[in-house]
Amino acid sequence: MTVADIAFYIFSLTLVTAGLFTVVARNPVHSVLWLILSFLSASGLFVLLGAEFVAMLLVIVYVGAVAVLFLFVVMMLDVDFAALKGEMTKHVPLALLIGVVILLQLGLSFGVWESSDLAMGQRQAVTPDIKEVQNTAAIGQLLYTKYIYLFQSAGLILLVAMVGAIVLTIRHRTNVKRQDILAQIYRDPAEAMELKDVKPGQGL
Amino acid sequence: MEDLLREYLPIVIFLGLAIAIGLVFIFAALIIAVRNPDPEKVSAYECGFNAFDDSRMKFDVRFYLVSILFIIFDLEIAFLFPWAVAFKDVGLLGFWSMIVFLGVLTVGFAYEWKKGALEWE
Amino acid sequence: MESIIVILPLLVKMGIVVAVLLLLPLPLTWLERKIAAHIQQRPGPMRVGWHGLLQPLADAIKLLTKEDHIPMDADRLLFKMAPVVALVPPFVVFVAIPFGEPVQIFGSSYTLALSDMNVGLLFILAVSGIGVFGVILAGWASNSKYAVLGSLRSIAQMISYEIPMGFSVIGVVMLAGSMNLSDIVHAQDGLWNIVYQPIGFFVFFVAGLAEAQRIPFDLPEAEGDLGAGYHTEYSGIRFSLFMLAEYVVMVVLALLNALLFFGGWLGAPPFLPPALWLLLKTGFFIWVFMWFRFTFPRYRYDQLMSIGWKVLLPLSLLNILISGIFMF
Repeated sequence: MTVADIAFYIFSLTLVTAGLFTVVARNPVHSVLWLILSFLSASGLFVLLGAEFVAMLLVIVYVGAVAVLFLFVVMMLDVDFAALKGEMTKHVPLALLIGVVILLQLGLSFGVWESSDLAMGQRQAVTPDIKEVQNTAAIGQLLYTKYIYLFQSAGLILLVAMVGAIVLTIRHRTNVKRQDILAQIYRDPAEAMELKDVKPGQGL
Repeated sequence: MEDLLREYLPIVIFLGLAIAIGLVFIFAALIIAVRNPDPEKVSAYECGFNAFDDSRMKFDVRFYLVSILFIIFDLEIAFLFPWAVAFKDVGLLGFWSMIVFLGVLTVGFAYEWKKGALEWE
Repeated sequence: MESIIVILPLLVKMGIVVAVLLLLPLPLTWLERKIAAHIQQRPGPMRVGWHGLLQPLADAIKLLTKEDHIPMDADRLLFKMAPVVALVPPFVVFVAIPFGEPVQIFGSSYTLALSDMNVGLLFILAVSGIGVFGVILAGWASNSKYAVLGSLRSIAQMISYEIPMGFSVIGVVMLAGSMNLSDIVHAQDGLWNIVYQPIGFFVFFVAGLAEAQRIPFDLPEAEGDLGAGYHTEYSGIRFSLFMLAEYVVMVVLALLNALLFFGGWLGAPPFLPPALWLLLKTGFFIWVFMWFRFTFPRYRYDQLMSIGWKVLLPLSLLNILISGIFMF
């Protein structure tokens, strides 16, 4: 066994174990932490495949961003997880059935899976050897020109996600004071105040 | 493969080293530091009041919004990196393709700004 | 046998990096207090040792022997883990940072970096992004209102400023055509990136200040109004681990400023070794961070968020556009 093999087994073992604990952990915060561990080991596996860029992406996007959102949600959303768990036990048989069906389907598709001899050649772009061109540059050379439609539709999906997030979450409170800096700067002293000459002994 | 390992092995070793240092400090705390707990001392700090309510409470939905927007922009950054690395090879089409992509993003950003999603109140 | 030849220098280099990082806060705290004092026209620490030089040592001993308590309602495991989680990412960032050209010692060549990976810059962004978990866990595990509120604010701030930071380095990557930090330094052989990327530098620098939670963006630990932010409930060694992490982050950002925009180790005067030249530049940025701390007032929270989203983000997008057009 080479170092790479050992590393592969360590990473995949951690990945599977962490995934398992993600599901069985009692405290939801702990289970998000297990999820993070499994993301990290998955990125280790990507490195072993030579996909450095995807590995770093996994850390940046999933660990650095998605997991933060998950933590926000499970930490502060005030969900009674004990009650949720109780609710869940009612649906266990149905869930098991669905799980078994999916497993069967996967098994069936793997059973008849046969990759054509031409498959490799018919792929639109063959990954260049890592020695010739860096992984990231290889993606860059293809993504923006050859796969331009997919790339642009990814952009549109992100736009939809952004709009959706705003529409769903934004609530403007009405009784707050906001600072309007421009209004402050352009405030005209002549309009804002009035000088009164008060005669002694009379008052206003 | 060999090169790759040479570059990434140090990360794993260093990660282990850093965790070990952290743990050493924590265990040092166990040995050196005094421990003299009493109920007043170990209750949560709340300016001398007894803590009321659980502190893990619901908070402003704006924090969720910020983190969702963060995910989206983070993905945009992820798309930008390969483009920047391959900038000299992608040619005019690649350049305009990215400009359009960023344009779409800017539309979303403008919407976000207009809707006041960036205001904290 | 061959693997020993590879691993031994690696371990030596790691030992040096770790030792320096662990000892660095001692001179840095002294420096910070002295700079503060002289800006405010007072002598600063003077009692312990010559001009207070031994003061940080005394502080360290004090912190290490302080009582170490865990709040009643805390999640004990996570509470103990959080300082380690905060400390590890800034340390691991150093794996990807090169300090100079390979050097020749006794006929064999040694690189002045722990790892020279192709995606160095991305690795640094990724790992420093993990740093938020220390803050989240510390705040949540303490189960105290000050800590929870402080950590929420810190997280929102850190993730908001990560975006302009990511956008601002794109220009640098475009110029170098690589994310490898040595390549980025080499690409600045003629003129430093600061000449080509003034906007990028500005955005990176300001976002860096916010990431390191230095004044004027130090709301997470605004001593005056939040207790102490996410580490309100921490004491003794655990507290000092957070402080250590904070100083290491500051050093990382100063280093990155020097590497990405100020030519790294290039342009050293002939009497200085290049690595030392890089460290001098880093020292300059650390000094600037400290100088800022005692010069600028703190921003309000809504101002802080709008600077990140409404000023730095559009500026960094503009920077990408301008760099793209100029490079064509």
